[in-house]
Amino acid sequence: MPIWDFLEIYGARLASGTLVTCAQFVLAAVIAIVVALLAGLGKLSKNAVIRGVSTVYIEAFRGTSLLVQLYWIFFVLPLFGLTLPKFVAGFVSVGLNVGSYGAELVRGAIQSVPKGQWEAAYALSMSPARRMRRIILPQALALMLPPWGNLLIELLKGTALVALISVTDLMFQAKQINASTFLSAEAFGSALVIYYILARFLITPFMRWMERVIARRLGRA
Amino acid sequence: MSFNWRWDFTWEILPRLLLATLNTLIAAGAGYAIALVLGLILALAQRTGWRPITVAVREFVEFIRSTPLVLQIFFVFYVGPQFGIRLSPWTSGMIAIGLHYSAYLSEVYRAGIDAVPRGQWEACRALNMSTRDTYVRIVIPQALPPSIAGMGNYLVGIFKDTPMLSVIGVAELMHTANAIGSESYRFLEPFTLVGLIYLAISLPTAGLIRLFEGWVRRKLGM
Repeated sequence: MPIWDFLEIYGARLASGTLVTCAQFVLAAVIAIVVALLAGLGKLSKNAVIRGVSTVYIEAFRGTSLLVQLYWIFFVLPLFGLTLPKFVAGFVSVGLNVGSYGAELVRGAIQSVPKGQWEAAYALSMSPARRMRRIILPQALALMLPPWGNLLIELLKGTALVALISVTDLMFQAKQINASTFLSAEAFGSALVIYYILARFLITPFMRWMERVIARRLGRA
Repeated sequence: MSFNWRWDFTWEILPRLLLATLNTLIAAGAGYAIALVLGLILALAQRTGWRPITVAVREFVEFIRSTPLVLQIFFVFYVGPQFGIRLSPWTSGMIAIGLHYSAYLSEVYRAGIDAVPRGQWEACRALNMSTRDTYVRIVIPQALPPSIAGMGNYLVGIFKDTPMLSVIGVAELMHTANAIGSESYRFLEPFTLVGLIYLAISLPTAGLIRLFEGWVRRKLGM
């Protein structure tokens, strides 16, 4: 079957899958960013309990597979009385997984802000919270944006796994089409191309744009 | 069903899971071996200076890096038979995972080679060394130590990505845990054990890689 006919018949299903993938991506990204910020700051905290919790979270999620985490959250958490719908379980696991990698980026970026900036803020008698918010974090943000671009592409790729708990994302639709038609090259091939387009022509340019905006706001453009 | 951890069940399934861990390690090792070699080829292909090859390889690497591994595994496994090539789950799994990580490793190699100062290349030129000697005796030994951290990260990465092979029926750890779960309707113990086994292997490995990196640096007098 020519690829055009294939797309005419199954294009709508692929498109609906792409929408679900985009939704998963955005929700997981929000969770990842929030959790990365909390755990990254937590790891630098003076409080041993907060530091310990952050370290355990980071090591546990970085040390195991996303798929293991996904299955654990979907199949085992209900035994503890917390049942998440598959759509929620999907983006929560992906978000928590990527958040643990992001936490290390946050921590590294905060530690790379020059010492003079910390001292200057201290000399101006800023409170620690204010110093973090107004002086350190904006500069750390500029440092960590490029690696976050890569991480968000990893996150997009991670969302493909939610198909394995039957979230009807792009990967799931490609699998379904393959199962009913055996047009494997067309089904999986077009899904690959769609993921590539999302990563290369949406996420990457968006992150480049963000880098420029942040550089301008910091007066470095 | 509620939360109750059963130790007798744990001891019953642990040997089976440990056996599957062996499969996981073999899969990770074989995939990594493919990725190491293929990655070097991809990295060197980008240095040939012949533009069409450089651009094509570059795009290929970008494509592999920005699409999901599960999808690539499915692609390799299902597309072959459509054209009359039948691959076993193991073979297609190794091809997919090896190819995926070769793209990542080629970037590590590339960064390592780029980090070798220009003067080193020029010195080789001045000493009239052949290209082969330049790479083997001067460039690669210096490109290696800064690459080890990245290479090690991807070794742990490939190990953590092997569960994806379960989707095409490679009997590794996750596949076995799934099978145990559907036989006994107990998911708590198998999935938790799988998580713990992964932690027990990947955390020490990450530590060992750091030690190894220090050892190589000292060996090369850096």
